[in-house]
Amino acid sequence: MLEHLPALQVVVPLAAAPLIVLLRRPRVAWLLASAAALFAFVAALVLAAEVASTGAISYHLGSWPPPWGIEYRVDALSAFVLVLVAGVGAVVMPYAWRSIPAELPRDQHYLFYALQCLCLAGLLGMTITGDAFNVFVFMEVASLSMYVLIALGRDRRALLAAYQYLILGTIGATFYVIGVGLLYLLTGTLNIADLAQRLPELAGSRPALAALAFITVGVSLKLALFPLHLWLPNAYAYAPSVVTAFLAATATKVSVYVLLRFYFGVFGARQVVESLPVTGILIGLSVVAIVTASLVALWQADFKRLLAYSSVAQIGYITLGIGIANESGLTATVLHLFNHGVTKGALFLLVGGIALRAGGAGFEQLRGLGRAMPLTSLGITLAGLSLIGVPGTAGFISKWYLVLGALQAGQWWLAALVVATSLIAVAYVWRFVEAAYLSAPDERSAPAGEAPRVMLIASWLAVGACFWFGIDTAYTVEGARRAALFMLGGLP
Amino acid sequence: MRREPVLRVVGKLLIPYMLLFALYVQFHGDFGPGGGFQAGVISAAAIIFYALIFGLPAARRLVPDAVVESMVALGALLYLGVGFAGLVLGGNYLDYFVLDRNSVTGQLRGVFWVELGVLITVSGVMLKVFYIFASRRRPD
Amino acid sequence: MDAFASHYTYWVTVFLMAAGLYIMIARGNLVKKLVGLGIFQTSVYLLYIAPGKLIGGTAPIVAEAYKVYSNPLPHVLILTAIVVGIATLALGLAIVVRIREAYGSIEEDDILALDAEPGKRA
Repeated sequence: MLEHLPALQVVVPLAAAPLIVLLRRPRVAWLLASAAALFAFVAALVLAAEVASTGAISYHLGSWPPPWGIEYRVDALSAFVLVLVAGVGAVVMPYAWRSIPAELPRDQHYLFYALQCLCLAGLLGMTITGDAFNVFVFMEVASLSMYVLIALGRDRRALLAAYQYLILGTIGATFYVIGVGLLYLLTGTLNIADLAQRLPELAGSRPALAALAFITVGVSLKLALFPLHLWLPNAYAYAPSVVTAFLAATATKVSVYVLLRFYFGVFGARQVVESLPVTGILIGLSVVAIVTASLVALWQADFKRLLAYSSVAQIGYITLGIGIANESGLTATVLHLFNHGVTKGALFLLVGGIALRAGGAGFEQLRGLGRAMPLTSLGITLAGLSLIGVPGTAGFISKWYLVLGALQAGQWWLAALVVATSLIAVAYVWRFVEAAYLSAPDERSAPAGEAPRVMLIASWLAVGACFWFGIDTAYTVEGARRAALFMLGGLP
Repeated sequence: MRREPVLRVVGKLLIPYMLLFALYVQFHGDFGPGGGFQAGVISAAAIIFYALIFGLPAARRLVPDAVVESMVALGALLYLGVGFAGLVLGGNYLDYFVLDRNSVTGQLRGVFWVELGVLITVSGVMLKVFYIFASRRRPD
Repeated sequence: MDAFASHYTYWVTVFLMAAGLYIMIARGNLVKKLVGLGIFQTSVYLLYIAPGKLIGGTAPIVAEAYKVYSNPLPHVLILTAIVVGIATLALGLAIVVRIREAYGSIEEDDILALDAEPGKRA
């Protein structure tokens, strides 16, 4: 059965969704969804171990050999992303056990779990597939379920956020399909490895450049690169807590992965750097994203929104690494994908606990939280350190490599900027500390009482991961470095 | 429209043929235009037609909500099940070649069941969408 | 002029694409935005389908009498894309219905104004 793991990785969560719809009972739904998520996580770990020891795995769906059939491909890069997505998918399930009954009416529970499974399957599929059009199909599976998951939020503004995300997300996906269509017209193939082989002869031709531009813009919409991030703050702020944590940790990250795949797996580093000023544009936009989004985050009245804007800034760091495009820069990109996913996942999970007890996460509700919810406050402060990039945390490792990459590329000002903007992160994390520990509680602040235990355990698992991956960096740095080398070497 | 005798008679006459036509489109998919998507929409259209003439409650008695929702899930499961059948019989996921000793017959068999799954899910989804939109009250 | 005439499908595609995008940006009505989205997606169907057609080509079924076949792959891809498009539209309309129920309007400006009312803002 082990050789079928690449297919089962996607199919098991996918099959769980209709089963949940069929069985309907909330408890059974939760059990099934958790089992599927856990299976996906174990499968991803096994696949990653196998890739590390034996090299890339190729799985032919329906036994049709590529480039005719759809190929599932697990390599150094995709294995790494699979572990992140499936891991976050598994951690949020125990959290959902308590948080979903608090946020959704009982007759919607099974729908939530079905959609969560679909979303997980879609994201895993986007990561694992080796077929450019199949990426689109899974992208839409994931996105459509995300729109609904966001619309499940209690606030009516969740509806508008879901609608805006639907419009912008679909434009992004359609741009991506246009790009893929142009590539298909040029080369007659959709298999990513095959495309990479045929494209160099056509490098620099106008349709190839147009395809590169379309795919860049389309995927950038999905990954919320500044100034295409407009859908993100509202979507994160008004979605149910579990959904926010899951999306923030995985959805944009998988889109970054798709961009990496196309830049370094299809077009090749040379063409991307030389034919169009892509890297220059990416660096410019990333810098603007980091600075403006961090500053906007500072002025938010709601802590969840603050974190959402901080996500836009952090995505800037991720794309900055792509723009630098040397080994350390790409290592930083892949590392920050993972580390920021874990950090933001932890933060949003903890904020979900506050929202549950206080009915929201506005700063006036956070006053005196350090006494009312000591464990939650401590967790947020610690995960905040990782967000800033304090040594000893996961966030530090990725920023370290980013600085290293910038210096190696001879762009010391970028290195200085990374360090300087971390100070803005200090400022917005400080706003939380000030509210939680240094302000006296008043009638608007959260009542005493910790979040439910399962929610705390799940959140603290993620907080622990922020530190674990900051101290024991063997797994992440090794994985990211191999992924970076793999990207720069093209496909084997 | 419930009192319109002409519509009621014509509707009752037409609906069986619509369902039959759906089946024709379904099985004709092997040789020409057709298949599960189209057949699913046509068969759902027959029920929607019934709902337009006899009213939504009557249609809901004919095809209850629980049935519609299970159809959505069952069709997808049937499709996924064909994939697992390939696994069990020693091929890759969604491998139709191994579904029969003769690989061409295996392909035919695989497509048959997959299209049946598509038919069930598509008509289920179409009906579900119709029911949900139609049963929503107009806000004032 | 020759390039224009021989590539007319591309011109239609580009026109639909631009029209769809324009509607989505310029219209404040949520349903009209979805109409724009539909047009935009349709342009992509055309982008894929049109080059797949060979004049005089038949369906790709092996037979003695026919030598020229149209490429079936774009059709399959676009069949998938159409289904995705329908799902997106249905979901978009469903969300608009819920928005209408929650806000009493489907004009973006009105909705944003409703949310910006003092005391409502989080």
